[in-house]
Amino acid sequence: MKAIVLYMHVHQPYRVRHYTIFDAANKHDYFDAAYDARESNQKVLEKVAEKSYLPTNKKLLELLHAHPEFKLSLSITGTILEQLEKWSPKALASFQELVATGRVEIVAETYHHSLAFFYSREEFETQVEMHRNKVQQLFGQTPQVFRNTELAYNNDLAYWADKAGYKGILAEGWDSVLGWRSPNYVYRPHYTSNIRLLMKNYRLSDDIAFRFGNQAWSEWPLTAPKFAGWLNDDQKATNYNLFMDYETFGEHQWSESGIFDFLSHLPGEWLKQDGNTFMTVSEAIDTFDPVDTVDTPQTVTWADTERDLSAWTGNAMQQQAIRALYDLQSKIIGTGDLALIEDWRRLQTSDHFYYMCTKWFNDGDIHAYFSPYETPYEAFMNFMNAYHDVCFRLNQKGVET
Amino acid sequence: MLGWELPPHNSGGLGVACYQLCKALSKKDIDLEFILPYKAEHNVDFMKVTAAQPQGVAEILKSGIAYDSYKYVLEDGRVEWHDIYSQQLLYEHSVEKVVGSKPVDIIHAHDWLTFRAALRLKASKGCPVILHVHSVESDRAGGKRGNPLVREIEETSFWLADRIIAVSELTKQKIIADYDIPADKIEVVHNHLDTDNIEQISEVTDYTYLQHLRSQGWHVVTNIGRLTVQKGLVNLLHAAREVIAVEPKTMFLFVGSGEQYNELIELAAELGISKNVVLTGFLRGKAWRDSYAIGDLFVMPSVSEPFGLTVLEAIGYGTPTMMSKQSGVSEVIKNSLKVDFWDIQEMANQIVGAIRNESLRETLSLGASAELERLSWDSAAEQVARLYENSSGKKALAAA
Repeated sequence: MKAIVLYMHVHQPYRVRHYTIFDAANKHDYFDAAYDARESNQKVLEKVAEKSYLPTNKKLLELLHAHPEFKLSLSITGTILEQLEKWSPKALASFQELVATGRVEIVAETYHHSLAFFYSREEFETQVEMHRNKVQQLFGQTPQVFRNTELAYNNDLAYWADKAGYKGILAEGWDSVLGWRSPNYVYRPHYTSNIRLLMKNYRLSDDIAFRFGNQAWSEWPLTAPKFAGWLNDDQKATNYNLFMDYETFGEHQWSESGIFDFLSHLPGEWLKQDGNTFMTVSEAIDTFDPVDTVDTPQTVTWADTERDLSAWTGNAMQQQAIRALYDLQSKIIGTGDLALIEDWRRLQTSDHFYYMCTKWFNDGDIHAYFSPYETPYEAFMNFMNAYHDVCFRLNQKGVET
Repeated sequence: MLGWELPPHNSGGLGVACYQLCKALSKKDIDLEFILPYKAEHNVDFMKVTAAQPQGVAEILKSGIAYDSYKYVLEDGRVEWHDIYSQQLLYEHSVEKVVGSKPVDIIHAHDWLTFRAALRLKASKGCPVILHVHSVESDRAGGKRGNPLVREIEETSFWLADRIIAVSELTKQKIIADYDIPADKIEVVHNHLDTDNIEQISEVTDYTYLQHLRSQGWHVVTNIGRLTVQKGLVNLLHAAREVIAVEPKTMFLFVGSGEQYNELIELAAELGISKNVVLTGFLRGKAWRDSYAIGDLFVMPSVSEPFGLTVLEAIGYGTPTMMSKQSGVSEVIKNSLKVDFWDIQEMANQIVGAIRNESLRETLSLGASAELERLSWDSAAEQVARLYENSSGKKALAAA
């Protein structure tokens, strides 16, 4: 038996508005940009709901109805769930409808899409618990498989997830980690006993997520029969882990590229061959025995050609900003002020640090596409001014910073 | 009078100095016409302000900051793209047309952008040319040689000019060193600041957060100026790290824009002092005035500062100052901390000293205020008027 394990990640951050030193100590509305501004969270959410969430969920629901074998997994961050509740209840309902079919699994992660695992284990665990509660509340499901923000993964994380009782964990199937191995099997992380590891097949995943609409690509146009054919070529594979951003559908790849047609036809094409099926992440883990262990002492992520954390913590600005934020932890938590704690957590969302990335600043590449700011420096200044205001609010409570 | 900018459309001290000097000169028996490269509204009643071209002000100011090209609207409505160099060429020819057959006794031109226009006018009018030097190319290049095309204009113009006014002894020595101009051709006329131009600081600062920090025992060190290599801000950041190491409750405030904006943010991060550094970008009006007033210490660490009007402004707002010895203003103000721009240790030492000693700050502030009271543009205008007389042999003058 061979399964496509389709897993999609749904997330939107609370972007920081153009927030100046003159706002600090006056206004605490870091995340409330004017509706017309590029950093307007409401406007972005409404746009993405229109272009991606609603049409994609409609398509996915049709597929779930048409093919009893069709299944998928989703991770949905707490920050976007809140935004959907506020600004697009319709899109939220469409996600709930998918889950209600019983063939859509929700994957665990941090509520705030943070890198807390690398800075504070305590804060990390709190955010994972917050996410679990939110998922239970909205979807009636308790996640069994864990994915960390940006698929950031190493042995420590696998060890933690094993102890925390997860049956599986997701990671990038990067060559330097896999070595000679293929990502198309189930593995067990080194130093763990019960947990299983699913590694993203980045070539096949990126054919859809990144290359699909690229007319200069030698395989363009990519059709469902062609793609299913590639998957059928490998006789021994058990599971094809296609992991990608949910917004691939309709946002990163626009509707005009034909991405929705591709999605419509893929299940039918794949299921034509006997023994082919779809599985959620848990099912794949339950079905296939691990073929080997994988040792990952270094941290791998699913971003950039480096596949490390350098897109978030690669330059000094990013390091200063994230360090400054986590240094406040005990003081913030100590106040018991829920609004302040929540603002501090929203500032932990990894996107803020991604906007400060200078790696490819001059090439105007993918980082620029996703950033609402003109420069990484602007992102940094807004963030630090918000940080100063958080310090001010602490001072107001008699806490020294 | 030929100049590149006047307030409120100025990019820095040049426009302010021109404005103040003209205002003071207009009280003498001198008929002034000021020719700008752009058309804009000016609240000026003491002289005639003429636009050499119908060009908007934004493009001129932008291209004065970077060597980029900007859209230029010509008199007959045509549109061309010019960089700063071709703009000054355009100005040269436009000025000649604008002046036409008007009678002129003296041509007084401010900085290199107007020098070719001044010399062209001299050729047709036959009257003396006075070049007023607010900075030379090696100042703007932060001690390096700078742009050879600009140097060529400066050198040729200095040789052909009848008289040269330098805004400081420092600048005079630079003109001599850079271009071998005879010392007796150059007269030093210091810039000033009339205290009646200091606007009242309102009770409530725009810097709520910095005010709050001060109430928590923090100190604010302010720099106001363009973020450019000439201003020595990289050294200031290195000194800031030393300061913060011993006085962690110190905030460094940088007000201004410029090509070093990103570089300074990055450097502060690399030095590990991002939490103690705030950059506001370019400010005007109240926020700009508040930037002076919020500082416990104003610092001007310029590598090369022909004058340094911001120091006088800081003093006017009652803020004690530290300046680099490589500045013109250090020739007229004694009550200030002074440091060589390259001496990062000493810079840090003086800043910490000022932060830790309120009495030192008070003494500096009181002494400098008294010095500022004694300075005035009237005495500068008196000097310039005498220069006009000596050059033209006339008492009542028409100056372009």
